[in-house]
Amino acid sequence: MLEQLRESVRRDEVFSFLKPSPSPLLGKNLDTSHGPILYLEDITVEFDGFKALNNLTLTIDDGELRCIIGPNGAGKTTMMDVITGKTRPDSGLAYFGQTIDLTKLQEYEIAQVGIGRKFQKPTVFPNHTAFENLELALDADKRTWPSLRFSLTAEQKDSINETLEYIGLLDCSTMLGKNLSHGQKQWLEIGMVMMQKPRLLLIDEPIAGMTHQETEKTAELLLKLAGDQSVVVVEHDMQFVRSIANKVTVLHEGSVLAEGSMSEVQNNQKVIEVYLGE
Amino acid sequence: MEFVKERLLGGKEGARGILILAVLLLIVFPLFLDIFRLNLVGKYLTYAFVAVGLVLCWGYGGILSLGQGLFFGLGGYAMAMFLKLEASDPESTKIQSTPGIPDFMDWNQLTALPWFWEPFNNLFFTLIAIIVVPSIFAFIIGVAMFRRRVSGVYFAIITQAIALILTVLIVGQQGYTGGINGITDLRTLLGWDIRSDSAKYILYFVNVVLLLGVIMIGKFVITGKLGRLLLAMRDKEDRVRFSGYDVASFKVFIFVLAAAMSAIGGAMFTLQVGFMSPSFVGIVPSIEMVIFAAVGGRMSLIGAVYGALIVNFGKTYFSESAPVLWLLLMGALFITVVMAFPNGLAGLWDKYKDKLNRDSLKNGFRSLGKREKTFDIKWPKITLPKFRKKETEVKGVPSNIRGDHA
Ligand SMILES: Nc1ncnc2c1ncn2[C@@H]1O[C@H](COP(=O)(O)OP(=O)(O)OP(=O)(O)O)[C@@H](O)[C@H]1O
Ligand SMILES: [Mg+2]
Repeated sequence: MLEQLRESVRRDEVFSFLKPSPSPLLGKNLDTSHGPILYLEDITVEFDGFKALNNLTLTIDDGELRCIIGPNGAGKTTMMDVITGKTRPDSGLAYFGQTIDLTKLQEYEIAQVGIGRKFQKPTVFPNHTAFENLELALDADKRTWPSLRFSLTAEQKDSINETLEYIGLLDCSTMLGKNLSHGQKQWLEIGMVMMQKPRLLLIDEPIAGMTHQETEKTAELLLKLAGDQSVVVVEHDMQFVRSIANKVTVLHEGSVLAEGSMSEVQNNQKVIEVYLGE
Repeated sequence: MEFVKERLLGGKEGARGILILAVLLLIVFPLFLDIFRLNLVGKYLTYAFVAVGLVLCWGYGGILSLGQGLFFGLGGYAMAMFLKLEASDPESTKIQSTPGIPDFMDWNQLTALPWFWEPFNNLFFTLIAIIVVPSIFAFIIGVAMFRRRVSGVYFAIITQAIALILTVLIVGQQGYTGGINGITDLRTLLGWDIRSDSAKYILYFVNVVLLLGVIMIGKFVITGKLGRLLLAMRDKEDRVRFSGYDVASFKVFIFVLAAAMSAIGGAMFTLQVGFMSPSFVGIVPSIEMVIFAAVGGRMSLIGAVYGALIVNFGKTYFSESAPVLWLLLMGALFITVVMAFPNGLAGLWDKYKDKLNRDSLKNGFRSLGKREKTFDIKWPKITLPKFRKKETEVKGVPSNIRGDHA
């Protein structure tokens, strides 16, 4: 009893109830022991009677690089919205690993458990420098109080500079986000997603607005990321997809039309109809 | 030391700004103004607390609140309640039918002190209540609104409505609040006559010191990562959210902080002016506070203080000579500032200073080591509040149009 009391009023420790309780999610381990890191089953999303996703079922393996293609309006972005919690499915299951039910988490919680997302329209902070953009994305305690007291460690500074170098923006580190070129914004956003140290990266149309050279570099970057992380890339540019993909999923009208290697998919009768017919 | 310089003063530049302000308020004004005018300046400076809070929550956080008078009023009323109780001792109220309660209660046929007045007999409780009560109010409003992602114009209108409701309540519940006249005839603080000249001097200095403290707290917030996040949130809220931050909790934090600052201003107002009334709570004063911040510069904590001073000097000058003209002038001033100088006086000052710097650069005097940092005008966007779970985007975008609704 006395022991307990003494323990709770120790001088070198704050009262335990004053200590910030770590977010319950941060400790939650991602369980990928059965293979898939992402598991979507029978997801349906309806907008005013229009089914943007229609019984979509899809699994992504741990460490995989998956490309997703499909005509405009096929539901690719909506699928990412569902995974990241921006849109709630009307029905269906969405699991991250074996245990984390994505439909029950808030957007920021989903980001914290390890899903990073690059938007279709490049979204960086316009009034912050490239360096600050990465700093804000950096994997750290993201609650209010720690953010107030936060200061970068030397290690973190290094890792930001490393990433800047990696995405080719080291020379522009003090440039404001809004003054970067379109391609640079795309890269910066990918860099921001990388800083979050996610287990799964969702990349929506990364090469829109990039030059040929930039495109090649992006392909290299994505290939490098895959393996340690899982990467899902949505892209319209077939040549780009061919250069990086080993497995491709074709979405059409909200569900999976075909899945397989690039050449399999290209020779699939249904896919040819969707892309050439109508 | 480094911490004080970088975070509390905002670097060398920021320290200079605070120093100039401190010299002006602590030395120049007291030396050159008589106590009547100095007391007037002190009153204006109580509005500056609100304006500084608005710089944080509106300028940085992008949350336009048109109801800050609410918090100013709550702080002011809390202080007034204590002072009123002290002024209503049985001895000096013995002609009332119920001695020992505030006079307006007696006029309204109350025969006992209402329960929520009781704790305000205690100064310590009152000082805590001045900060805590408005903070709790702001917290409840913030959680209710920001969790539902109410923002922009909708939020502004709701805060306005709440300020209005509180005014109506105060005016309507005369017996408990003093009604439209407010709580008047305040005399002493723990026996110390606050109406004497020496008290007015002391209160003025206390006020200035508190204001400088509040500015430093503001600097601490905006020079850190949280400040950068607020700005990021204002610009690209989704990016912040998908980077793993709980946007709503940041908004609640900054809104509560701004409310607490306003409340300190309110309490200092009561002490220096000697009364508190609903005319400092409602819609008009709340909008005026926003104008102070806008004129001073909504991105500048120190600018907000100058904004409050200058607009109020103007108000006092014109409302004596031509009261109607003043209202029009104030409207015109606000529109001009918003259209032509989105960063207010502070923005003008920066521009002028940059020009000076550039000129001296041309002459080879000193190099310009300043990082480019400008801000776009960004007025609240009209976004529909999301009460239902899926109303995220504009509906019915034809599927053949390449959507960028990500
Ligand atoms: N919030 C919404 N409200 C109504 N309809 C929506 C909403 N979001 C998406 N849609 C519709 O759902 C369909 C699928 O959209 P989605 O953005 O997922 O397509 P996409 O495959 O990403 O297309 P793109 O290649 O053009 O980016 C489209 O027809 C779109 O108009
Ligand atoms: Mg899309």
